[in-house]
Amino acid sequence: MNASGEGLHDAPREVDPPRRTPAEASSYIADGYSLRSWFVTTDHKRVAVLYLVSITAFFFIGACAAALIRLELLTPAGDLLTNEGYNRAFTLHGVVMIWFFLIPSIPNVFGNFLLPLMIGARDLAFPRLNLLSWYIYVFAGLFTLYVLLTGGVDTGWTFYTPLSSTYANGHVMAALTAVFIVGWSSILTGINFIVTVHKLRAPGMTWGRLPLFVWAHYATALILVLATPVLTITLILIALERLLGIGIFDPSLGGDPLLFQHLFWFYSHPAVYIMVLPALGVVSELVAAAARKKIFGYWFVAYSSIAIAVIGFFVWGHHMFVSGQSMYASTIFSFLSLLVAVPSAIKVYNWTATLYKGSIALNAAFLFAMGFIGLFVLGGLSGLMLAMLAIDVHVHDTYFVVAHFHYIMVGGAVTAFLGAVHFWWPKMFGRMYNETWGRISAALIFLGFNLTFFPQFLLGYLGMPRRYHVYPPEFQALHVLSSSGAFILGLGYGLPLIYLFYSLRHGDPAEPNPWGATGLEWTVPSPPPTHNFEEVPRVENEPYDYALRHDESIG
Amino acid sequence: MQRHEPYPTLERQREADQLGMMLFLGSEIMLFGALFAAAFGLFLQHTPDVEAASGRLNLWLGGANTIILLTSSVFVALGAEARGRRPRRLVACFLAAALLGILFLAVKALEYAREYDEGLMPGTAHAHFASGPQQLFMNLYFAATGLHAVHLTLGVVLLLVLALRERWRPATAAAIENAALYWHLVDVIWIFLYPVLYLTRG
Repeated sequence: MNASGEGLHDAPREVDPPRRTPAEASSYIADGYSLRSWFVTTDHKRVAVLYLVSITAFFFIGACAAALIRLELLTPAGDLLTNEGYNRAFTLHGVVMIWFFLIPSIPNVFGNFLLPLMIGARDLAFPRLNLLSWYIYVFAGLFTLYVLLTGGVDTGWTFYTPLSSTYANGHVMAALTAVFIVGWSSILTGINFIVTVHKLRAPGMTWGRLPLFVWAHYATALILVLATPVLTITLILIALERLLGIGIFDPSLGGDPLLFQHLFWFYSHPAVYIMVLPALGVVSELVAAAARKKIFGYWFVAYSSIAIAVIGFFVWGHHMFVSGQSMYASTIFSFLSLLVAVPSAIKVYNWTATLYKGSIALNAAFLFAMGFIGLFVLGGLSGLMLAMLAIDVHVHDTYFVVAHFHYIMVGGAVTAFLGAVHFWWPKMFGRMYNETWGRISAALIFLGFNLTFFPQFLLGYLGMPRRYHVYPPEFQALHVLSSSGAFILGLGYGLPLIYLFYSLRHGDPAEPNPWGATGLEWTVPSPPPTHNFEEVPRVENEPYDYALRHDESIG
Repeated sequence: MQRHEPYPTLERQREADQLGMMLFLGSEIMLFGALFAAAFGLFLQHTPDVEAASGRLNLWLGGANTIILLTSSVFVALGAEARGRRPRRLVACFLAAALLGILFLAVKALEYAREYDEGLMPGTAHAHFASGPQQLFMNLYFAATGLHAVHLTLGVVLLLVLALRERWRPATAAAIENAALYWHLVDVIWIFLYPVLYLTRG
């Protein structure tokens, strides 16, 4: 939103908005209203909407598990859940949030919707494969629901052996199957994105003109394609051990339990970047649009995404500092982990430099982006502490680690996801939402998040281990703070559901470019027509070529 | 062109198909890569154990399978080369390659049966190994060759389908090329499995 339009959508309306705008009548949404038209679609925009609905459902399942955990931790005694029940709650929370929300969240909703629009293409490279990857995701989701309804699994999302391969007696096989299947969905999405960026850029859309969102998704897709199969084989090996007794990890069958950790983290550390790189891409777009300025250091931001993806493959050992791996290996992994901070910091500095002397629009999407930067910096700095051997040995497996990765995953990835929702909602559905409510929910989420997770840094530093549901009474005050923060956070996450839904029917019609942003997606009507572009665009401008309003803002 | 066809030209579409397949094969390499990395790590940590365990595999049956698979790849290459021009040669070559694939699986089954008799199979194995790492090596062997056999079976099915379709509804050039690429990759993975598993003997 530009400065003069501030508050436009908060003013009381004189006439109700039209039921159906001309743009909507010729949009991808009007292409068909039957269920069939949605379930057999190959339109990337419709698949994105299918994903949006399904990941939102899983988000709320995962959030319910989190609510159970936080309720249990209100008191030092284990009075709400049994030991077993608590283990199952946090396992479900982890499995659902990681594989069924965070990993598909931004790539599969916004990547799907925006990649073709941003590069001037009519669809992704393999439209049917794209729909297939949604079906695979849903199929895997059914296994997860089965696990949930039949009592759950208690291994933790990490499936550490020999617990998962020998001792755990929950629905381990079903949970493994769910994660195994959903991995295929990730791989197909990754292949689709890479080929799309290589082969479907519009004439004139050179690599140096790609929006940074596209660069971030390109880097993410590389990780999806190259890391996910390692998880696949790891899960196969657990299944072989559990079902056929082929001992790979269980020492009593000749196996090596540490081998599991190596293989698992070889996937799962890069997976962190699968979750956060798309968020970094979103924020790059949001910051430039809010500052109305050319992004500072385009190539640095673009290449830092690639650098994060590449270095991310060589840091897995920092999860194993206390697992008895060689000290020399730990030292090298520690150094490499510190190295990831460099490209991450480059991004933060460049966003800050972009905002410098910009005429900043403080709309909801931008508030989310600002929240992201703050939380990402805190999460990143605590990550640096954890990358150092001496500190990690002290706080390993405590709430300090829990707080750290929630700052990145929830404070980072989820906040950026909501920023993306608020920024591109008018484009996706052609309606403006209530800006005031958007700002309120951004503020609530920022406050609620910090209240939930900052006390956990203190808890961890004082020695509270993770995965325990009974704890000494001196930790209670901090746990109560954390749980009350979770309540506010829940409220903040619930609000957008209401006002965004409301906007679908009652919101003002959105113009093609309501924020005055650059990028090809803003040149088409909101919502876009089925084929995206009347004719394939020819790109002649540099990216983020915002017209400068003031002489001072040069530089 | 189809409604959702996002490509400006057919040429571009073919490039995209091939790039997509290459990326998929890249992910397949990472799938087996984890097993190779595990075997390599084991070799570095317990060299004598790995050498002893490797010595229990049947070098000659493994070697015969290597030759069988390499020959099959030649047929696949010849068949794919003949696409569009000489459909009969394509059918003959793909059928020959598929038969060689089945032969490979038969030899592999024979090998497994002998290993079962010697008590090397997981479940029957415990008492027969001098050390944990020896058993782990053997288990990695079963996991890796088993996964390879699954891939090869898929490849055989793929070749048979393409060969049988050729008469009525020939597959597109991209499909034939991609199937051939897949077959070659399964072959190449064996080329690496063979030395890592069979030739590490002391």
